[in-house]
Amino acid sequence: MLTSRRLILAHFWLAFAVFGFALVLGAWQMFVRSPLHTWISNPEWYYRSLTAHGTVMGYVFPTLVAMGFGYAISEVSLGRPLVGRRWAWAGFWLIAVGAVMAMIPVALGRASVLYTFYPPLIGNPFYYLGIVLVVVGSWIWVALMSINLRVWKRDNPGVAVPLPMFANVAGSYLWAWTAVGAALELLLQILPVAFGLRSTIDAGLSRVFFSWTLHAIVYFWLMPTYIAYYTIVPRAIGGKIYSDTMARISFILFLVVAMPIGMHHTFADPQVGAGFKFIHSAFTALVALPTLLTVFTICASVEIAARMRGGRGPFGWIGALPWSNPIMMAVAFSFVMLGFGGAGGLVNMSYQLDSSIHNTQWITGHFHLIFGGAIVIMYFAIAYDLWPHLTGRAMRDLRLMRVQLWLWFVGMIVTTFPWHWVGILGMPRRMAYYDYADPAIAPQALSVALSAVGGFILLASGLLFILVLLRAQRAPREDAGAYRFAAALHPPVLTPALNSYALWIALMVGLTVTNYGFPIAQLALRQDTSVPAVYVGADP
Amino acid sequence: MSEDSVLSPRNAWFRRAVGVTAGIFVATALGGFVLLPYAQPDLKVAGLWDAICSAAGVVRTPSAQAPAEPDARLTKVVVTSALPATPAPDAIGRGATLAQQCAICHGPTGVSRADSPNLAGQYAAAIYKQLMDFKTGARVNAVMTPFAKDLSERDMQDLASYYAFLPRLPGYHPVQEKPAPRIVINGAPMRGIAPCGSCHGALDNKTGSPWLEGQPAAYVKAQLFAFASGERRNDISQQMRNIARRMTPEEIQLASEWYASQPSTTIHTN
Repeated sequence: MLTSRRLILAHFWLAFAVFGFALVLGAWQMFVRSPLHTWISNPEWYYRSLTAHGTVMGYVFPTLVAMGFGYAISEVSLGRPLVGRRWAWAGFWLIAVGAVMAMIPVALGRASVLYTFYPPLIGNPFYYLGIVLVVVGSWIWVALMSINLRVWKRDNPGVAVPLPMFANVAGSYLWAWTAVGAALELLLQILPVAFGLRSTIDAGLSRVFFSWTLHAIVYFWLMPTYIAYYTIVPRAIGGKIYSDTMARISFILFLVVAMPIGMHHTFADPQVGAGFKFIHSAFTALVALPTLLTVFTICASVEIAARMRGGRGPFGWIGALPWSNPIMMAVAFSFVMLGFGGAGGLVNMSYQLDSSIHNTQWITGHFHLIFGGAIVIMYFAIAYDLWPHLTGRAMRDLRLMRVQLWLWFVGMIVTTFPWHWVGILGMPRRMAYYDYADPAIAPQALSVALSAVGGFILLASGLLFILVLLRAQRAPREDAGAYRFAAALHPPVLTPALNSYALWIALMVGLTVTNYGFPIAQLALRQDTSVPAVYVGADP
Repeated sequence: MSEDSVLSPRNAWFRRAVGVTAGIFVATALGGFVLLPYAQPDLKVAGLWDAICSAAGVVRTPSAQAPAEPDARLTKVVVTSALPATPAPDAIGRGATLAQQCAICHGPTGVSRADSPNLAGQYAAAIYKQLMDFKTGARVNAVMTPFAKDLSERDMQDLASYYAFLPRLPGYHPVQEKPAPRIVINGAPMRGIAPCGSCHGALDNKTGSPWLEGQPAAYVKAQLFAFASGERRNDISQQMRNIARRMTPEEIQLASEWYASQPSTTIHTN
C-alpha cells in the first residue's frame, strides 16, 4: 500500500539530484589533484568543492534516501497510510531549505571548512544553520516513524512488528541519538564562535562531540542498505529470509554498539585518554558482529532462492541464481565491496594498526568504498525496485541498469584500491595539491591517475542512473501491482524484546554515558582547553 | 508477556543483555585502564589509581621545578580575532593624535614613502601585536623600540584602531598584471611551506597575519631574511621562521616584489 507516492518520490528525486551534483564535484576534485591536470593554482577552489561534496554526500543525500525509503516501509509493511503526512512534507522542505542555506556560503567561499567542520576553523554561521535545519528535518522523520509504529501497535496488539518497520524504526532511533553529538558541537561550540560571541573554541571537545556522530552516522547511512538486503533481495530473486530473528538481532546490535565507538576516529588526538581509546577500539570490534550475522543470513537466504530454482551441490547453486536481475547483481557487488571495505575497517579500528594509515588517503579510500560502494549501490537497487510502484510506469531498461551497476562497481574498485595503496605509501589526505615532480612522491603518480579515471567511471555510472530513472518516469503507464517485502522462511514469533526498543535504547544511552561521559565532562570542566578560532574567508 | 516487562530484571532478555554489555565494558575497561598502563615499559605508574588516572587522561600536576627559560624574549600576545578588545568610542581620534609621531616614517595617511610598512587599513590585531612585541622586547628595532617603550596598553589599542580605520590607498601599481608566483599561491608542499597567500591576502587571511599587498618590497624582503636568520623571532610558534628558513632567496625576492605590486584584495576581515 503506497499512498504517499509524491512524498516518497520527492525525497528520492531531491536525493538523487543533489547526489548527481556532488558526484560531478567529486570527479572534478579527483581530476585536478591528479597528475593528469596541471595544478589549478588556488587551493581555495578545491576546498570549497570538497566542502560541498562532503556536506551533500554525508548529510543531505543519505538522509533523504533513508527518509523516503522509511516512509515507503511504513506504508507498505504496516499496510496503512502514513500518519502525519503534512509533517513529513515540512521535514522535506526543512531539508531542502537547509541544504540551499548551507551551500550558499560554501559557494561564496565563506565556509570552506570541510564537512567535518574542523574546528578551530570557523565558517559563515549560515553554513552551520543550514546543516542544523537538515538535522531538524530528519528528526521529524524520526518522530513520524515512531508515531506510525505506535499507532499500528495499538491497533494490532500481540502481533509481531513487520521486520522492515522494526529495522526502519531502529535506524531512526539510532540517527536521533547519534545526531546529538554533532548538534551539541554546533550549538555549544561552533555557532557561538561563528556568530562572533566568542573568539576561542575548545577544538578537542568539539572533536570528541563530532566523533559521537561521525561513526554511527555511517550505520545510519547503512540502514537502508541492510533493510534492502533482508527485505528486498530475497523477494526480488524468488527466495525467503533465512531467519527473521537473526535479522532483528542484527538491527538491535547496531542500535546498541554503533554509537559508543566513535573515538577510534580520535586515536591520534591528545585530548582523549588512552584507556577510553582502548574501550572504543574494543567496542568497534563488536560492531563487526551484526555485519557478520547479516552476511551469513543473506548468503543463506540467497542459497534458499538458488535451491528453489533448482541449484544443486555445495557450490553449484551459485550458478542457478538470477544473475541478470539487477537486484541480484547489486547485492553481489555490494557484498564484495563490503568485504574489502570491512577488512580495511578492521585496520582502522585497531589502535596499533591505525597509526600507520591515520590521516592518509587510505581513510578516504576506505569510506568511499564502504559508503559510496557497498551502501550507495544498494540505494540504486532500492530505487530500481521501488520506482515502478512509485511512478506507476513500466521500467524496461534492464540492460541499462545492468551496465550502470557494473560501471559503479568497476568504477569504485578502480577509484578506491589505488587510493588505499597510496595511503599505505603515506600520502596524506585533505591536501589540495601534490607535487608529483618531486622524486619522493613521483611513484604514486600512476596510482593517483588511475584513481581519477575511476572517478570518471563513477560519474558516468551516476549520470546513467539518473537517466534510467528519468526514462522510467516517461515510460508508458503500467500497474506494477502491490509492493511487498520478502517473507521469512519461518514466520516471526512474537518476542517482546525483539519487538520493542526500550531495553536497547537504555543500553545505547548507558554505553554513551560510560564511554563518553568522563572525556566530555573532563574537557568541558577545564578552563584552559580553548584555542583561538581561525575564521575562514572573512568576518567576523 | 507485555512489552513493558522487558525493562525489568525479571526478564531473561534484560538480564542477559545488561549482563553481557556490562561484562564487556568491565573487561575492556580493565584492559584499557589497568593492563595497558602496566604493559607500557616507559610509563612509570605509582600504583593502581595512578594507572587508571593516566589512562583516563587526567592531567598531572607539573613538577615543582621552574621551567627552562628561553634565551631571548618571546611574544606574549595571544592573538584572537577579538584583539584588541572593543575600542573605546574616542579610540580612533586619540589614536590619530598619537599617530602624529609615527607619520615621519609611516606617512601622514598611513602610506609610507620610506619603505616602512604601510599601516593604512592594516588589521588592528597585527598592529597591536607588533607594538606590544616592540614594547616587551620580543621584536627589536633601533627606531621602533624607543617609540614603543613608552606606549601604554590603551595607546597601542588606539593606534591599532586608528590605522585599521584609515582607508587603504590603492597607490600606483604599474605591474600588477604579472602572474602570482607559485610560492604565493601554492607554497612549496614538499618543503612544508604553506602558500603566502593563504594567510597574508590574495587567497585568504588568517587572524593575526598582516595583509601584504602594496607593502614595500624592500621591507617584506628584509623581514623574511630576518626571520630566516633568526634575527627576528616574535612569530608565534616559529611559524614564519620555519617558513622563511626554507624559502630560497629567489622565492623571497619574487614574493616581496609581487606583493608590492598588488592592490589590496577583497579577502580581508573588517
